[in-house]
Amino acid sequence: METDVTETFEASLRRLDVAVERTDAAGAEAVLADRVEAPVVGVPLPFDGVSLPEGVETAPTPAQLEAATTAITAVDFAVADYGSVAIRASPAGEEPTSLYADVHVAVVAASDVLPDMGAAFDRLGEAVRDGDADTVLATGPSATADMGALVTGAHGPKAVRAVVIEDR
Amino acid sequence: MSADVDADTDTDTDTDTDSREAKAARIRHLLATEGDAVERNTLTFNRGRYDAVADLEEYEALKTRAREIKEHAIATLPELIESTREAVEDNGGAVYLADDAADANRYVREVVADAGAETVVKSKSMTTEELDVNEALDADGVDVWETDLGEFVLQVADEAPSHIVAPAIHKSREGIAELFHERFDPDEDLETAADLTRFARAFLGERIREADVGMTGANFVTADSGSIALVTSEGNARKTVTATDVHVAVAGVEKIVPAVEDLRPFVELIGKSGTGQDITSYVSVLTPPVDSPSLDRGDDDPLSPETADEREFHLVLVDNGRTAMREDEHLKETLYCIRCSACANSCANFQSVGGHAFGGETYSGGIATGWEAGVHGYDAAAEFNDLCTGCTRCVNQCPVKIDIPWINAVVRDRLNRGDDPGRFAFVYDELVPDEEPAGLDLQKRLFGNYETLAKLASATAPLSNRLAGWGPARALLERVAGIDARRRLPEFRRETLRDWYADRGSRVSDADREVVLYPDVYTNYVAVERGQAAVRVLEALGVRVRMPAVPESGRAPLSQGMIATADAKADEVYAALADHLDAGRDVVVIEPSDLAMFRRDYERFLPDPAFERLADASYELFEYVYGLLEADADPDGLRAGDEAVAYHAHCQARTLGLDAYTTAVLERLGYDVVESDVECCGMAGSFGYKAEYYDLSLDVGDRLRAQFTSDGTRDRRVVASGASCGDQLDDLLAREPAHPATVIDPARPAGRADRR
Repeated sequence: METDVTETFEASLRRLDVAVERTDAAGAEAVLADRVEAPVVGVPLPFDGVSLPEGVETAPTPAQLEAATTAITAVDFAVADYGSVAIRASPAGEEPTSLYADVHVAVVAASDVLPDMGAAFDRLGEAVRDGDADTVLATGPSATADMGALVTGAHGPKAVRAVVIEDR
Repeated sequence: MSADVDADTDTDTDTDTDSREAKAARIRHLLATEGDAVERNTLTFNRGRYDAVADLEEYEALKTRAREIKEHAIATLPELIESTREAVEDNGGAVYLADDAADANRYVREVVADAGAETVVKSKSMTTEELDVNEALDADGVDVWETDLGEFVLQVADEAPSHIVAPAIHKSREGIAELFHERFDPDEDLETAADLTRFARAFLGERIREADVGMTGANFVTADSGSIALVTSEGNARKTVTATDVHVAVAGVEKIVPAVEDLRPFVELIGKSGTGQDITSYVSVLTPPVDSPSLDRGDDDPLSPETADEREFHLVLVDNGRTAMREDEHLKETLYCIRCSACANSCANFQSVGGHAFGGETYSGGIATGWEAGVHGYDAAAEFNDLCTGCTRCVNQCPVKIDIPWINAVVRDRLNRGDDPGRFAFVYDELVPDEEPAGLDLQKRLFGNYETLAKLASATAPLSNRLAGWGPARALLERVAGIDARRRLPEFRRETLRDWYADRGSRVSDADREVVLYPDVYTNYVAVERGQAAVRVLEALGVRVRMPAVPESGRAPLSQGMIATADAKADEVYAALADHLDAGRDVVVIEPSDLAMFRRDYERFLPDPAFERLADASYELFEYVYGLLEADADPDGLRAGDEAVAYHAHCQARTLGLDAYTTAVLERLGYDVVESDVECCGMAGSFGYKAEYYDLSLDVGDRLRAQFTSDGTRDRRVVASGASCGDQLDDLLAREPAHPATVIDPARPAGRADRR
């Protein structure tokens, strides 16, 4: 079942031109290190045994955010049939970190890939009423057609990559 | 920012003729300057929408759910406002319920002043456009910057939005490049869309960095949690909220839904309905003040979790006429609008001239009439309310199922009633036996009383036709009633279809089925041949036809906003048909817009049982023929063919899903059918006859002309099921269109189906 959902997620990401890799916790750091281009900003990942690669700035200034080529953050969950990732606006700074760089690398646990928007809003509804889960459902890169043709990288990232950690 | 671009063409004229000419001139100007960009963009959005919703089953279920949520939310609005207030205050935010624009602006100015803000950045919000917030802040010396790139272009150009979702839809890339060069004198040449986007991102990036207050709208507000949902593709709303410590969200009270889970259908529908995206890039569900660390502490301060609680949030809930709309039986539906722009993008007239023709003070497109009547008043709604032709193409496209043509008819009716009483009344009372106020515009009255005119013209034919074709008479008709002299007028027949049938009688004995054939005014008095063909087609399938005297359906007065007259017609029609319904006879309707009256509009005019009875027993001619063939009627009596036809279905037939029957019947009889996919032919009943709209009507028609003169359709026989579509195609093409009934008419000589 989980595999099906992950496959649907991957298919949706392919339609959005979002590259995706599957890995396990042990391999995650190497996969991330391989896929990022400096300068890199990031927020420490909440998955046991998974660290950010060397050289990631985890307490960036606003200027560093704007200058970053890559940003790595975990996301709360993903929505398989749309290829969306749920970015939490927490005090750790996932929201601004994921917003300014050219490429956002979103790291999600396979067990947090939900099948559809129904499941997503069930989860969100509870979380929001329980506390204050500020969440951005992000689907693909930022885009605009206001300048006469479709352009990615309007105010947010030009590209998104996803990394799915399968044993978490 | 929302400068009135209309100012230079505003007219305050003495006569209808002058104002018609001014309106026509303004439409020609918009067709020439903005038409191409608007057409390209709306058609792209519209095609995208049709593709995105192709998975029909779930789409319909989502629409139904969305509609239910909105109905419930508006019904319980006062309670929801209170719950929202409690939830936002519990979260540490403030709520202000503003009565009107001035009240809202006063509050916003105080918040901005308290924050000591010199710069405010905004994420696109039609509600703040409605309030003219930017002007209010400008007056305080505050720099306000729009961060949505389309809205930014308009701010730089000092223009008003022309579209709800893509405000600068009327601008071309070249025009934007020229504007940026003129205004910013950039170091590099800005040519491509990517160049322009990069430049605007960098320029606005600096404004966002400087800003102390971020202002957004809210696509939705949830009463259970005090959350707001923001839908964008560019990421500008995210930056507006994240990069500033003070967040002001401005939302109409109608944006509230009960719970977070209620967002689901809207999140899935709004992008599909608007631009044809499956989902917009970003849907932020925020419960402000948000928890992100502050970015507003200077360039050298790294992000720190401790700064997350320095944020401040104000939710300004705007009434500005909405409570009154909620209490208005007809305008209430407007409050269900989620501002996705599907109505605008699917509107044939909007596709040609865009929102600067359609708009009132703020809103544009089909739903604009309801919004403008509610928030700015009837004068704002009056301008270009007539651009809604009632074609109903928007009805199925609206994700919350608002009957936009009905709202337009109601507003038109109220405008009619507000008019100067007494004008023309003394001359025309005989000609216009309607239920309307005396001051009603003569042009509307003539079209609204088309049946009376047709009766008179038929009784005096051929003299009436000669008179109508006489140059000075046409000039007078144009001057007094605004009927464009370039349109060929229908030629009325001395012998009507009913007369013909009364003389001829039924040729079917021993029939299994009996039907009432309902000819529209045009078929009865003008295009008699298509009625005769319909009789022969039905008889060939073993059906006995009756043709009792039944009045006009009320379509003509309804389209002029003459609701009382349409209502009275509905009663007369039902009375005339009741015996036949009792006898178990079906009603077969030739003109699709009449069937749309019976199936859709009569719900407003007849008691429920009567409406249901008539609606259930009524069929469009080809729908009925299809049903007979499915029930094993023998098609051998019909004229089969191996011809190629190009078929244009009437807009209202397509809204009711009827076009497929004509195609299916023609194909079954061996015809090779290509169907048009443009929204409308541009004629839409009386619309194309009106002098002020003649040019627009032809421009809309040009999309149909292009389809029917392309490779693969150029040599086909043109077939159209609507009377006015036929008139328009006749003007657009060198080939005379045929009604599908005349194509399969058993009495048609081989190779000819010339007459409509």
